[in-house]
Amino acid sequence: MSVVTHQLRATYAFVERNANLVKRYWSWEVVWLVYSIANALSISYIGLGMEQLSGADANVDGSRLALYLIIGALVWHFLSVIFYWITELISIERWEGTIEYTLMAPIHRVTHMAGQTLFAVMYSMLFNVIILMVAAPLFDIDLSGANLFGGALMLLAGSLSFIGISITASTLPLLFPERGTQMTHVIIALMLLVSGVYYPIDVLPGLLQRLAVLSPATYVLQGVRAALLEGSATRDLWPFMWPALLMGLAAIPAGLKIFGLAERYAKRTGKLHRNG
Amino acid sequence: MSSAIIVHDVYKAFGKSDAGRFSWAFWRKASRGAESADQAPANKKSKVVAVDHVSFEVQPGEIFGVLGPNGSGKSTLIRLISTLLLPDGGYIQVFGHDVVEEPMAVQRLINRVSVEASFFKKLSPMENLLYGARLYGLGGRESRERIVQILTRLGLEKRSIYSPMQEMSRGMQQKVAIARALLSRPRLLLLDEPTTGLDPRSKREVQAVVRELREEDNATILLTTHDMVEAEELCDRIAIMDRGKVVALDAPSRLRGLVPPQNGRQPTLEDVFLELTGRELTTEGA
Repeated sequence: MSVVTHQLRATYAFVERNANLVKRYWSWEVVWLVYSIANALSISYIGLGMEQLSGADANVDGSRLALYLIIGALVWHFLSVIFYWITELISIERWEGTIEYTLMAPIHRVTHMAGQTLFAVMYSMLFNVIILMVAAPLFDIDLSGANLFGGALMLLAGSLSFIGISITASTLPLLFPERGTQMTHVIIALMLLVSGVYYPIDVLPGLLQRLAVLSPATYVLQGVRAALLEGSATRDLWPFMWPALLMGLAAIPAGLKIFGLAERYAKRTGKLHRNG
Repeated sequence: MSSAIIVHDVYKAFGKSDAGRFSWAFWRKASRGAESADQAPANKKSKVVAVDHVSFEVQPGEIFGVLGPNGSGKSTLIRLISTLLLPDGGYIQVFGHDVVEEPMAVQRLINRVSVEASFFKKLSPMENLLYGARLYGLGGRESRERIVQILTRLGLEKRSIYSPMQEMSRGMQQKVAIARALLSRPRLLLLDEPTTGLDPRSKREVQAVVRELREEDNATILLTTHDMVEAEELCDRIAIMDRGKVVALDAPSRLRGLVPPQNGRQPTLEDVFLELTGRELTTEGA
């Protein structure tokens, strides 16, 4: 058996295991899906509400605003689900007590991350398609002029940098068994604040606008909105795509390196075994 | 013939020994001005020496037992061999591969059963073991057949193989843990109290599998246990550990010779254990 075959089978091990977990926890998945749909819809209805609240003189295009918000909700859902699946790779296994068995298996850490990421992207994509199918008739969404291919490409480009950030964040549960998972919420909350998920970043104070430049989600959201709302051609998305890709290319190796150092520290101090 | 395991002068401690000049505790004490930094007393968080300059070798095909009271360092030793902990001093080689320098080469050759049967409790034995098998590069069809074969050999009913692990007794879960370790056909099997919590019949079934593994696959086995009878019946040699040190190492029959007969009765391994460790036996994990 070649090293490549071994690592590919190991990658699939994580996809299959997570799929089995989703299957066994199906009732929880239904709850989570209903929550996600309700969340996306309630945010999007703000758009229609703004039209009514502002009055006719304000000339607010409620449908366009609703589409603006639903794009934000879907993109954020996609990226944050990837983030949580990757950051929880340690906490789930520590909770179940299997972490030592996974970390003593003869696999590269990049294989481990690739399997978890592959599943996270598929899972997140499926959820987003279902949310969109529910939202489309309710908001009478017209995507006839939208560049769907460009939007999807932008989303995938952005997910690379989120994967890198998530790998780095996943070291927190490794280093801090009791509170590490909660610490990862801070990262995602700050990104939600500065990335312009539900508003243009221009409305933010100067300091937060400067932070927005560092968030890959900023470029993903601007690119996806340009593709879907303006119908921008794929080549015109490049100004949004290259920063997201560049961040991904830097964040993934950096994340793996940081995770490697954290794993070594955990093995030196005996933190793998602790339950928390 | 080269050794299966070489443990040379291995040392492992946890916690901090003192507040060194570069530690937070040192600067905190110094900034409070309660005493000068140089006079700052040792940090109250004590250092625990889990493995204290331990050395031994295990030959290929040998069943090597490690006995010791709780906290004697048995499980830490197994974690060091299985690349889950890094030693602070000394070195460990598994079939010539250093556990720190070549962890993946070591991981390909070993597997481990711990006292806690750790699984995804909602998943079935088949799903859990398939996950474990794929991590070791085994294919799906080959693994499924072998999983059923090993689990039925260990006495699991076929319907249990596809039911969630949370519905199984602790003994049954431990058997699945043993099956997981056997799946990858390890050259070195590390068994950390594998029969703790099993009923006598299950215990014998597991012991038979251990013997079989040695006879058929010539696997090397390192076994920690609190069960003196099990140690005596299974092990070629036994190391007795206390407070992180190996206090005796020999064949079971020779170990019994370390203690003189009492009231005309030949000493048992338990007598030797109690004499050397000076503590009572309990059944919790070390």
